Amino acid sequence: MSIQDRKIEDAGLSFGVSNLTTEKIQQTFKALIDNETGAKLKAFSESCMRCGMCAEACHFFVSHDNDPSYSPVGKVSATMTKLLAADGKVTPEDIYGMAQIAYTECNLCRRCVHYCPIGIDVAYIMTTIRRFCHQLGVTPQYLQDTANSHSATMNQMWVKDDEWVDSLFWQEDEAREEFPNIRIPMDKEGADFYYSVIAPEPKFRTQLIYQAAAIMNEAGCDWTMPSMPGWDNSDMCMYSGDFEMMGRLKRQHFELAQKLKVSRIVMGECGHAFRSIYDNGNRWLGWKDYPVPVVHSIEFFAELFEQGRIKLTHKIQEPVTIHDPCNIIRGYGLMDKLRYVAHQLCDNIVEMYPNREHNYCCSAGGGVINCGPPFKKVRVEGNLAKANQLKATGAKICIAPCHNCHGGLEDVIHHYDLGIQLKFLGDLIYELMEKPE
Amino acid sequence: MNSLYNFAVGPLAWAAFIILAVTAVWRLWSMYSLAKQKDASSVAYMSWKFSFRSIFNWLIPYKSLGWKANPVLTAVTFVFHICFVVLVIFVTPHQILLENAFGITYPTLPTKAADVLTLIVIACCCYFVYRRLTNATVRFVTRTNDWISLGLVAAPFVTAILGSWSVGGEIMPLLHVLTAEALIVAIPFTRLAHILFALFTRAYIGSEFGGVRHCKDW
Ligand code: SF4
Ligand code: SF4
Repeated sequence: MSIQDRKIEDAGLSFGVSNLTTEKIQQTFKALIDNETGAKLKAFSESCMRCGMCAEACHFFVSHDNDPSYSPVGKVSATMTKLLAADGKVTPEDIYGMAQIAYTECNLCRRCVHYCPIGIDVAYIMTTIRRFCHQLGVTPQYLQDTANSHSATMNQMWVKDDEWVDSLFWQEDEAREEFPNIRIPMDKEGADFYYSVIAPEPKFRTQLIYQAAAIMNEAGCDWTMPSMPGWDNSDMCMYSGDFEMMGRLKRQHFELAQKLKVSRIVMGECGHAFRSIYDNGNRWLGWKDYPVPVVHSIEFFAELFEQGRIKLTHKIQEPVTIHDPCNIIRGYGLMDKLRYVAHQLCDNIVEMYPNREHNYCCSAGGGVINCGPPFKKVRVEGNLAKANQLKATGAKICIAPCHNCHGGLEDVIHHYDLGIQLKFLGDLIYELMEKPE
Repeated sequence: MNSLYNFAVGPLAWAAFIILAVTAVWRLWSMYSLAKQKDASSVAYMSWKFSFRSIFNWLIPYKSLGWKANPVLTAVTFVFHICFVVLVIFVTPHQILLENAFGITYPTLPTKAADVLTLIVIACCCYFVYRRLTNATVRFVTRTNDWISLGLVAAPFVTAILGSWSVGGEIMPLLHVLTAEALIVAIPFTRLAHILFALFTRAYIGSEFGGVRHCKDW
């Protein structure tokens, strides 16, 4: 199927494309190739054997009846290959299709790398197409809205500065009933770490801040949460192709940690934010190492368990399965730590296959879920593969330590009527830990 | 005819090898300079250890997910590449050419064995053609360049086996030499460029997965 046969109406894409001319497209493309891309893109483009071995890697391909246009190489062929062959001389209509492919039909999950003998990183090529579309002003409306929010407020969800502080006070207040001495220390200088979250936490899942506070307090941590912009570690600009803004976001996040003189940053259970720190944002800023050490919640929780700082009343007995989020597992190798923490909490873990760094993506990652309702169907139907995986475990609980995965898997579970409950590690720790009488 | 043949295995062969050497070095060098200039944030993560780890693991058939998911193609790919290299080095006429030019001697394949390997290579090429036509994904992405590369690879082997069977008389050995030279010259400019770049792309992605992503890339 060609992309034109499955064109989805999106206000952002339509508007962006309406401002384009073939000349402008070509000029922008040439500038991109001359100024931003290099040997990586060239070597990938020239060495791809078009063998199609990567096809089966991709959940979009598998779930859409092995439709070639959803295969990794098929997507490259309809975008970068076409652009390079035409030296950027394509029509605005072509750009619409390319944007739809790059933004909504690839999760940048990199599973295809495990299938390509040449070692071609299709996710990198799709990211480059997104960068190009961003430079042309052709981005899906919902995704662009989050990018705009980042640049206007330094957080993803248009959370105003006072609303953020209010949310923290509110959660502290709520939690007092259960934990009379609880504090969410704000802007505490020199604390052991600052805890950063993604903006959807105060906006939609405020209970996660409550739970995190409960865990930190019970474990006796010396921690703080910042009141100032920079508290949000998320980064949709990385996915929209607005790398200038991506750099600003990461810089602010780190500078806040330096201002507060904390020893490290602990990041909540999110995958993409972590990718932005270890893989994309840091490189854009030209940093090989971080100015302040950063750990993901999985690592942090593992540490608390190793030090015996969390006491549990019991463990979950029913079968529980684990979803491995691409960005922290295939992206950062936390699979063993994740299992260590999960086994602390549950007696009966049923693995799904393939798993660990070979897992299938939740189909929400890479900013795809942030492209909003117009593209929900393709994303959910594009993940029959995951639904089958989940079903085969027979588990009724699934641990997924990532916000994006929660969003994506919730839709999958609902659509395929799987009756599975999704849990963050924080949910389970909070649920199982000893609390004051 | 004879003088034409001598010209083909003599000056023309030299020319082909020199063109290959010069263009290959130039392509690798310019790719390296481009990488240093534009991909510094990727080059910074290159590591010998993870490069070799990746190359090693991908050299084992059926080790990676990709090899596992494509069992027939994997078998054909390995057999094809191994026979290709063995034939290029170990058929008697090639050794004789090397001996005449540089005085290098080493044991070679008996004619029968060489014929069998040549037929295997041709069979592999037939499979690649078949797959390009019948596999929907591969058909979807195939461009003229892919057919040209495949044709360039197959031609020297087809002419070699026909020559060995004395089909077409004296023209066949000449065609063999000419097609082989075409193949040699085409390497840096077609899909066959993977011969030059694949080790490096593999090394790069291996370094990223090993050093940055702390997991396997196979
Ligand atoms: S979704 Fe994942 S497997 Fe599919 S093309 Fe994108 S990076 Fe590759
Ligand atoms: S597996 Fe690699 S070389 Fe083969 S088509 Fe896919 S990207 Fe190209």
